Amino acid sequence: MSTGDHHPVVAVEADVLGNEPVGAYRRLTLAVPGVAATARPGQFAALTVGGETSGLLLRRSFSIHRVAAGSDPAGDRLEIVVADAGPGTHWLTQRTPGDRVGVLAPLGNGFSLPAAPGECVLIGGGYGSAPLPWLAEHLRAMGSRVHMILGAATRDRLFGAAEAGAVADSVHVVTVDGSAGAVGLVTDPLRQLLRDNNIGAVYACGPMGMLRAVGELAIEAGAVAQVAVEEAMACGVGVCMTCVLPIRGHDGATRMTRTCLDGPVFDARALRWEAAADGRVAVPDDAVGAPSAPVGRSGR
Amino acid sequence: MSGAAYELDGVDLSVDLAGMSLPNPIMTASGCAANGPELHRFFDVAEIGAFVTKSVKATPQSGRGTPRMAETPSGMLNSIGLQGPGIDAFVSHDLPWLASVGARVLVSIAGVEAAEFAHVAQVLATCPDRSAIVGLEVNISCPNVANRGLVFACDPASSAEVLSGVRAVVPADLPLFAKLSPDVTDLVPIARAALDAGADGLTMINTILGMAIDLDRMRPHLFGVTGGLSGPAIRPVAVRAIWQVTAAMRAGTIPTAPIIGVGGVRCGADALELIAAGASGVQVGTATFHDPRAPRTVLTELAALLAERGISRLGDLVGAAHG
Ligand SMILES: Cc1cc2nc3c(=O)[nH]c(=O)nc-3n(C[C@H](O)[C@H](O)[C@H](O)COP(=O)(O)OP(=O)(O)OC[C@H]3O[C@@H](n4cnc5c(N)ncnc54)[C@H](O)[C@@H]3O)c2cc1C
Ligand SMILES: Cc1cc2nc3c(=O)[nH]c(=O)nc-3n(C[C@H](O)[C@H](O)[C@H](O)COP(=O)(O)O)c2cc1C
Ligand code: FES
Repeated sequence: MSTGDHHPVVAVEADVLGNEPVGAYRRLTLAVPGVAATARPGQFAALTVGGETSGLLLRRSFSIHRVAAGSDPAGDRLEIVVADAGPGTHWLTQRTPGDRVGVLAPLGNGFSLPAAPGECVLIGGGYGSAPLPWLAEHLRAMGSRVHMILGAATRDRLFGAAEAGAVADSVHVVTVDGSAGAVGLVTDPLRQLLRDNNIGAVYACGPMGMLRAVGELAIEAGAVAQVAVEEAMACGVGVCMTCVLPIRGHDGATRMTRTCLDGPVFDARALRWEAAADGRVAVPDDAVGAPSAPVGRSGR
Repeated sequence: MSGAAYELDGVDLSVDLAGMSLPNPIMTASGCAANGPELHRFFDVAEIGAFVTKSVKATPQSGRGTPRMAETPSGMLNSIGLQGPGIDAFVSHDLPWLASVGARVLVSIAGVEAAEFAHVAQVLATCPDRSAIVGLEVNISCPNVANRGLVFACDPASSAEVLSGVRAVVPADLPLFAKLSPDVTDLVPIARAALDAGADGLTMINTILGMAIDLDRMRPHLFGVTGGLSGPAIRPVAVRAIWQVTAAMRAGTIPTAPIIGVGGVRCGADALELIAAGASGVQVGTATFHDPRAPRTVLTELAALLAERGISRLGDLVGAAHG
């Protein structure tokens, strides 16, 4: 995972070019000049919501589904996949061509491609599959063999199943209720793929519980797992310190690390999974600068 | 540092804040801009009057667990816990970068006891990049371990103890700004205590203590339980605080000193409102999360507003609303 340190970011009021339904989600196409040259799979975009007079102040983050280069940079497009999860995302799903939305992109580090081609598994849970087809294209272009596992609670929450066949060498669909593909979790086909093939790398994007399970299986099998996490972000650009997770660095020390700048993609071995429970993450006692004695709790 | 008059749209925006002479009044707000390189991708951080850094303590701080924020109507709650690298890493890594791009740095310092503030200030006063530092902002809106975690800025004696400790270790020509909390019954005695103890100016306001409850879990939303409210929602509180302290200065109740206004500024008109209440500098905080270009945009908009009104010197409008 190359560091997302201070690369150029496009900041624009983007024209909405398209908004189409994909299962339970909407795919938004936005005009973002100059984004195609720099964006990589696994990076994200931060969008303003609610319009200029809105009281919703903070941007919402979305994985970049893909970018398309225009005939010149001014014609570049960026696509995201939006689940209607609350007031901000609901507003986005209502945008129509001609509307404008503030966009910052590309943000974060993105997945890193292996030095040499190999065999890999790409795993997406729900809208977490959004960046995978684009990632698969990059991996295949360098000669890697790509297996793709797509999972969701139900059929309409799957994303990318239709185009997966065109970008992956094998596709495995699972749903919890069996409304599409096999009944089960993404870890079921993953276990089998890790057993039957020589998998060197696993790439995953989805809910925290899934990332943890996928990471553990991959590590056990000796594969490198890159997981894209999703933490609440106030700024998306590294200035607020709200989006942190405890990450073990190359020096072995754990630091509360900004997922918007040094992530959202991390090596699964670096994540201190045990600190997370119930959507909350504690500071491990051995983290750099962890409070040694309880100080006043006045939160600021 | 650069004290040359600075004109934008034919308006002289330069300000002198207790000897801190800046080309314009706009600054970042502590904790809303990190320490420079992140925002420098969006605008030249040397173009705004001063860059205010994240409050730095003596040693590295992990900060609190997550969630660290909750969005609220026209604002947000945060409970970061002053995560930072500690003063030694700050002077060897962060400050040199800010100096290298020519930023005028107002360094925000914090501590859990008066001695920690003084130690941090002393390191800064003697560090190699001292010339990039235009002043220190003393964040006394943090908990005092010696006083059951009560925030220094809620008590005149604790505020004075911190300021006099810092004053004693830094040269007289290094301006000190005490950053006040609005969470007090009467700001005037706190302002007086800070100024009497050696502060050259005041920054107000820090966030307002608030809380949100996650109704699914039926538990506090923030890991740190309570958090600081910021953003446009608190702008009227900032205007009121600046107004009250300015009024006390004008009445001669407390010494006259420059005020840096902060709280909810999102556009040029918001900055002008704080200036009219009595601020001669203005910081842009939470608005930066909505748009990382916000501090720079506020500067452009403020200059245009003044030009539109035929004002040629920003200084003429400071405290204008007091008549
Ligand atoms: C790196 C990253 C990539 C993401 N990719 C996608 C994607 O491709 N497609 C998609 O539909 N969603 C994605 N999300 C989640 C999306 O950002 C949230 O669903 C959205 O912010 C919710 O906003 P809201 O106003 O609709 O909901 P509310 O629940 O009302 O939001 C309230 C606040 O909480 C924050 N928040 C709520 N849920 C989340 C969440 N799951 N993650 C982060 N912050 C949250 C919001 O940003 C906002 O500040 C991603 C999040 C991150 C951090
Ligand atoms: C995420 C966040 C972190 C902050 N950290 C600090 C800090 O370290 N030191 C400090 O003095 N103020 C800190 N503040 C307060 C701001 O500097 C400012 O006083 C306050 O947010 C009001 O201004 P605003 O509404 O423009 O944000 C922080 C505010 C936020 C939102
Ligand atoms: S979201 Fe602000 S630092 Fe990461």
